[in-house]
Amino acid sequence: MSTEEKYVAAAYLVVFAFVLVYFLIMALKLARLEREVGELAELARKRADG
Amino acid sequence: MSAILAAVLLPISIALVFFYAPVDEDGLNQKIFYFHVPIALTAYACFGWGAWKGLMHLWKGKPGADLESYVAIHLGVIFGAMTLVTGSLWAKFRWGHWWLWSERQLVLFLVLFLFYSAYFMLRYSVEPGPQRANLCAVYSLFGVILIPISFLAIRLANQYIHPVAFNRHGPQMAGSQFFTFCVCLAAMLALFAALYQFELAGKRLDARLRELRELLA
Repeated sequence: MSTEEKYVAAAYLVVFAFVLVYFLIMALKLARLEREVGELAELARKRADG
Repeated sequence: MSAILAAVLLPISIALVFFYAPVDEDGLNQKIFYFHVPIALTAYACFGWGAWKGLMHLWKGKPGADLESYVAIHLGVIFGAMTLVTGSLWAKFRWGHWWLWSERQLVLFLVLFLFYSAYFMLRYSVEPGPQRANLCAVYSLFGVILIPISFLAIRLANQYIHPVAFNRHGPQMAGSQFFTFCVCLAAMLALFAALYQFELAGKRLDARLRELRELLA
């Protein structure tokens, strides 16, 4: 692989990495929200049971 | 819808860049242009959209406009970082330097990037509420002034080495290159729209859960 090809590959990989990290962070956040929904549902169920 | 569009356009744009667009006199390194410039334009669009939402908040008091402005600016900073990194990679090969402080467009883009990066410091140093929303909206509007300056800097400069792909006579490239560029730009804008909706939905859900937690507490 020539130096020029390496720079082009690096530029495209950087974009891919940025988007991947973004999705990773969003996935972690989604998992947290899912856990919180579960906790709130549990709390609501306990309240309903008295 | 925008997510589907982005999922379709991104692979097409990569295929067009590597298998359709010709390699011109600048060599293979020029292929970075097809992603670098659309990403930079998308960053401008993000900041512009963030400022528009800020204006809507101040002008019409539109509910949720503050959050929409924040998400757009957050994505603008991400696209801005991608612009700086891809641009540096291009410059290292073409100019032999990662960065040139003598280049007005680069410096102005960096100023724009840092200005909007500081937005988060402001936002998280003020308690959530109407005052924070108003301050953030005003800040986002101030930043938008830098967009045309940054965009036009290269045209206002007397001496520059940053290449100009578009001038008053239109695009300075072959038809196939311009077509590839347009598809890449559409892909990046679709990616922005998809991420914007995705992040906004997450933030709204987060806010509603917080409300629910307070009600149940």
